[in-house]
Amino acid sequence: MNKKQKELREKIKKLVKEANFSLRVDLKKLISDAFSRETKKMPRQALGWILDNAETAKKNKVALCQDTGLPIVFIEAGRKQEIDSSLINTIKKEVSRGYKDNYLRRSIVDPLLRRKPKYQGVISHLQFLPKVKGIRITLFPKGFGSENKTQLKMFNPTANINQIEDFIVDAVKKAGPESCPPFFVGVGIGGTSDQALFLAKKALINRVDLVNPDKYLNTLEKRILKKINKLKIGPMGFGGKFTALAVKIKKCPTHIAGLPVGVNISCHALRSASTVIKL
Amino acid sequence: MSKIKKISNLLDKKVIKKLKPGEEILFSGKFYTARDQAHQKIKEIIKQEKKLPFNPEGKVVYYCGPTDTPLGKSIGSCGPTTSSRMDLFIEPLLKRGLLAMVGKGRRSPAAKALIKKYGAVYFLAPSGCGAMLSQFVLSKKLICFPELGPEAIYQLKVENFPLIVGVDSAGRSIYK
Repeated sequence: MNKKQKELREKIKKLVKEANFSLRVDLKKLISDAFSRETKKMPRQALGWILDNAETAKKNKVALCQDTGLPIVFIEAGRKQEIDSSLINTIKKEVSRGYKDNYLRRSIVDPLLRRKPKYQGVISHLQFLPKVKGIRITLFPKGFGSENKTQLKMFNPTANINQIEDFIVDAVKKAGPESCPPFFVGVGIGGTSDQALFLAKKALINRVDLVNPDKYLNTLEKRILKKINKLKIGPMGFGGKFTALAVKIKKCPTHIAGLPVGVNISCHALRSASTVIKL
Repeated sequence: MSKIKKISNLLDKKVIKKLKPGEEILFSGKFYTARDQAHQKIKEIIKQEKKLPFNPEGKVVYYCGPTDTPLGKSIGSCGPTTSSRMDLFIEPLLKRGLLAMVGKGRRSPAAKALIKKYGAVYFLAPSGCGAMLSQFVLSKKLICFPELGPEAIYQLKVENFPLIVGVDSAGRSIYK
């Protein structure tokens, strides 16, 4: 094994631990802020449990959630990087091994036979992005309590923004108490059906507490978040001010005949961790 | 904290009858984990009129599939999964004396009606807090269906495990 491969393996090992054992810093900030602003007893207690849980997970090296998800790996490669299928295979293998070594859950099965859950079956997405320096690898373990609430709608191109907003708010309403609110809502608008859902997920891998550089999307995110919080589902479904803590939207060009909108909901334990390597 | 009702293994229909939606309790006793595949198997076994490897009478079922158990610990992360996926499977268990279910989220109107019919109760466990909840579990023992891995039925001995009444024995829910 050469030095670079060794480095890659070490970094993947760290990603598995970081993603599953530590609550993301941006999330902790938003949840703590909600905890200090919530005045109703039960939702406040639920937010307190969530913060307690993060402490215990980190201290005891126990997964934040028993659903350690279907691990998704986003690989974003910049210019002049040596990349082939062996890199992706190594990443997938190391993630599965990391899951086993850290006593995480075997949650992956054949979709129809449903026998013996395994660690193997990591999903990867590869993109070439000239802006990235080196290769950025993000591990995103997606729990299915929230993944099951994913929504896609192919709007007519003449649909207005209110209809799109209502669709997103309704997706959150349908997700309800069982998908572990307060949520982080990822939205993908445009492209094709698959692209819209891909963007909805990708919208959640970066910090969710930052202002969207696209002014229009920033306003839209804020407006939708406000509408979602009027649903009063609240932490664990106990009501209060915070049904979601962030809405993040990504868009890309689409066809003149269509307007796909994908909604990917994440529970309060939105897990991801990133690293950069140079090959 | 002093106001929270503590309930031990002596959970019975009389105790259950007094519980109200939204009430918080600390439970000490035994849970039996069961998720989708275990429920499916139980249904099949009942259909084939074979002997159940797990007797639901007087038991508390926990909708949970824990992670692997880390070395030196009694259990790994062990929070609740979505209860509504089990709604279609609960009647045969309630009929055989199941007392309580623990999970997260809403139950269907049919499930609520069954909870009422059998005088059972549905508790919510703090959702997405599997690490915190692992501290209230003293032991984990395999009961049956080892081939299901994390979805097998395990007996968990728990102490002061925090629960909230989700649906009471009158079929009333904490959620609208």
